[in-house]
Amino acid sequence: MADYLLEVNDLKTYFYTFKGVVKAVDGVNFKMRRGGILGVVGESGCGKSITGFSILKMIDPPGKFVSGQILFNGEDILQKSEEDMSKIRGNKISMIFQDPMTSLNPLYTIGQQIMETLAIHGNMTEKQRRDKAVELLKVVGIPSPESRLNDYPHQFSGGMRQRVIIAISLATSPELIIADEPTTALDVTVQSQIIHQLEQLVRKNNSSLILITHDVALVSQIAENIIVMYCGKVVESGTMEDIIYRPTHPYTKGLLNSIPRMDDSKDRLEPIKGMVPSPFDLPVGCKFAPRCECCSSKCLQTEPEAVEIAPGHRVCCHLFDEKGDC
Amino acid sequence: MSDNLVEVKNLTKVFPIKQGLFSGHFGKPKQFVHAVNNVSFHIKQGEVFSLVGESGCGKSTTARTIIRLHDPDGGSIHFGGVDITHLGEKEMYPFRRRMQMIFQNPYSSLNPRYTIRNIISEPILFHKLAANKKEADEKALEILNNIGLRPEQADRYPHQFSGGQRQRISIARALALNPEFIIADEPVSALDVSIQAQILNLLLDIKDEYNLSYLFIAHNLAVVKHISDRVGIMYLGHIVEVGNKNTIFKHPLHPYTNALFASIPVLGQKMKDPAITGDTPSTPIDLPSGCCFRKRCAFAQKICAEVVPELKEYEPGHQAACHFVEKGGC
Repeated sequence: MADYLLEVNDLKTYFYTFKGVVKAVDGVNFKMRRGGILGVVGESGCGKSITGFSILKMIDPPGKFVSGQILFNGEDILQKSEEDMSKIRGNKISMIFQDPMTSLNPLYTIGQQIMETLAIHGNMTEKQRRDKAVELLKVVGIPSPESRLNDYPHQFSGGMRQRVIIAISLATSPELIIADEPTTALDVTVQSQIIHQLEQLVRKNNSSLILITHDVALVSQIAENIIVMYCGKVVESGTMEDIIYRPTHPYTKGLLNSIPRMDDSKDRLEPIKGMVPSPFDLPVGCKFAPRCECCSSKCLQTEPEAVEIAPGHRVCCHLFDEKGDC
Repeated sequence: MSDNLVEVKNLTKVFPIKQGLFSGHFGKPKQFVHAVNNVSFHIKQGEVFSLVGESGCGKSTTARTIIRLHDPDGGSIHFGGVDITHLGEKEMYPFRRRMQMIFQNPYSSLNPRYTIRNIISEPILFHKLAANKKEADEKALEILNNIGLRPEQADRYPHQFSGGQRQRISIARALALNPEFIIADEPVSALDVSIQAQILNLLLDIKDEYNLSYLFIAHNLAVVKHISDRVGIMYLGHIVEVGNKNTIFKHPLHPYTNALFASIPVLGQKMKDPAITGDTPSTPIDLPSGCCFRKRCAFAQKICAEVVPELKEYEPGHQAACHFVEKGGC
């Protein structure tokens, strides 16, 4: 039995486009324990979604896995055939997408869509599948599930559709759920309901959850571990407390400083200067160096390696090669 | 005259729903979307007033009606002491110069076929703020410089800029006319957090520099708390609570405001039980009787279904529309 449910080692997913190579995911490492909740945070284009898709091996050309391993239960996902993968997708690992308006098929009732998953992965009778679907809808908090089973997606609101998608993803009791910005399209009052429910269901079923989002505050509410990504790399990883209360990488610090907060009233925010570099034209050394306050000549030339500054708290910055601070 | 730059009284906007081929031209529409209902507020000179609410609560429609992109169906709008509720298109021109708008999506609010120079100098020429093209050009470059873009970028097209830069260009276009009042409709929602902070700082800087007042529309409460002086909370086309930033955030009165605040994720805090059940209401075709919030309110009683609560003042400048606030609140 493997120690970790998921181990990602030096994952590199590149996209070979006409304009050049986009290193969407460039040497990502992380480990995830069974029953844990991992938050992946970063701005748009930092490779957090592609990391999620890579775990399900859902990368289409021109995308390619250049190197690395994704060990799920000790087995390398990247070595598996398409046939094997279709037994894993939606069964052992399931995914919740960002946009609840487009991730359901508008031509099928939601009952059919939930039962389809059950029919593919398992050998239940029609009757059992229907009962299970009703039970799932009840679990995610949809009122009068028996009759709503025959409704089409357009008859549901955004929040309700996201609940249906969560029901589908839970249908096969997966070991791992990857939620890619599950509540970005929803209002805050609905967001808090959905995230709360998702957390409870994951804990109850003893599944694990990877929550991919740009909202640091949201992640900090439910995740035990957080990884922060920038330009396809993990710049800092650690427990929630490490990242939120003891951020060390200049990017993580900058990110936390630029969020307006409810609990204090600063007159001015301290934004990170500059902007995210184009993926075709990444800097040579540290990817964050051109925007960094503490950038030195070394940062511009060589890429930093991850350093463990406390147990489980890893930072990818030259400042910590030897003991130092910004 | 009062120092209110903008005064909105009992503003109402309904949109008819056209059904079938002929009803639009011949028949009378039977159903209406009640987007804005009896909304009243004022914005003082030099103030940032924010409207907050979930999607579909009518905040954008309110803003667009104030700037007369929609014609109001009831109520009045005063700008600088002048009633602009029923002014004609031509009569609106001088007011359009004085009130400008920044839109949410920087990818669709700039003309892709115009260079940045043209985008910014076009309104200057239209409103005859410059004698000739050259003068308009100089003005455009000066503004570009002020909002943090380089003059050599002036001849590029919008697609050559990132989201944050495009939002800067939108701001420059609004500033080009020396407006007194800017409506910013979700100006940072489409941007990444690190860029969002830059734009918020810029908006605050130019406010002092150009002596502006803002109507700021957002759904992100942390952003609103950061930028506003006063805040109005909207639900289903009604303002349910309005007050100074500090009082409203410290001491919210309306149950909806409470629920909204409790739903915001706070950095480093464990998830709490959801403060509110039920979904965001869909398009308000039939408004509920009585209080607009009663269907999701945990404290709803008989009176809430029967009587529409009025906005009442509980502290100086702090008003809420709920039957139960005075009885110790909820």
